Amino acid sequence: MINISLKSDTIFWIYGFPVTNSLILSFIVLLLFLFLSMYYSYLLNSKKRNIFVYAMNFLLRALYNFFKSIFDTGINKFFVLVASFFFFILIHNEIGLFPGVGSILINVGSHGEKDLVPLLRGGTTDLNTTFALALITVSYAQYIGIKTIGIKEYSKKFLNFSNITSFFVGIMETVSEFSRIISYSFRLYGNIFAGEVVIAIMAFLFPVLLSFPFLLFEMFIGIIQALVFSMLSAVFYKLAMQKAHY
Amino acid sequence: MNTEAAKLIATALAIGLGVIGPGIGIGIVAGKAVEALGRNPDAEASIRATMILGIAFTEALAIFALVIALLIRFL
Repeated sequence: MINISLKSDTIFWIYGFPVTNSLILSFIVLLLFLFLSMYYSYLLNSKKRNIFVYAMNFLLRALYNFFKSIFDTGINKFFVLVASFFFFILIHNEIGLFPGVGSILINVGSHGEKDLVPLLRGGTTDLNTTFALALITVSYAQYIGIKTIGIKEYSKKFLNFSNITSFFVGIMETVSEFSRIISYSFRLYGNIFAGEVVIAIMAFLFPVLLSFPFLLFEMFIGIIQALVFSMLSAVFYKLAMQKAHY
Repeated sequence: MNTEAAKLIATALAIGLGVIGPGIGIGIVAGKAVEALGRNPDAEASIRATMILGIAFTEALAIFALVIALLIRFL
């Protein structure tokens, strides 16, 4: 039977801090992200421009217009964050499908025991990464809500004693705020992890060529999920800035 | 029936029953979106955005069922 682990495996420890295989790939993605953005800004400032600049311009413009339809005027404030979400999750999802990720094994068993775990694991197939992203989204929405409409107006959304209906709606709002953390993190984690499991199982059932269409489908799913996460957080910020309407 | 067999059946039931509702839901969302597109082709961008949002919310339910199935199977 194929070996599928729900959580990421610890490769080594640094002063009691476990370094997991998904963390290693996350740092690689971080460096790649940094390099790509620095290269893009370097090419923008210099005279010579290549196909990379035009492709990025096209992508960023499409993304900007897309988020403009959600934010209208406040777009410039939020575009940096939601576009970073999009690119970060996109690179994570796509690099998780690369050959070598999950297939290079390393022995972590001590004292001569054999305990083989994959050296690299896609960042979004680890619940810790997606949970961190969901926490950033939700806590930033609280911050932006308080900053935009004031703490008095904002707390009225959750605690409202004016009448009984508003009181119960406030309780529902509070619960939904917390359930958002879970639903955001599990949506991304579930989609990407399920995709990897499906590819593994298809390769196990029929080793030749069957997992290829699923691989293409997962690349598409990776793009869609990156878009969905950033769009949902954009809608969430938009909602947080509105006053309670009762 | 031993525990292992019960676990396998529970996994299959969790995901199998769990995707019925979201399957119907996504069908309705996409169908209505195409209907709206046929009525008003100029509003394609906003219809697509709203459709993806609706599908994402519907699909989240299926993902919850999947997570439960994975938890039963592997933990």
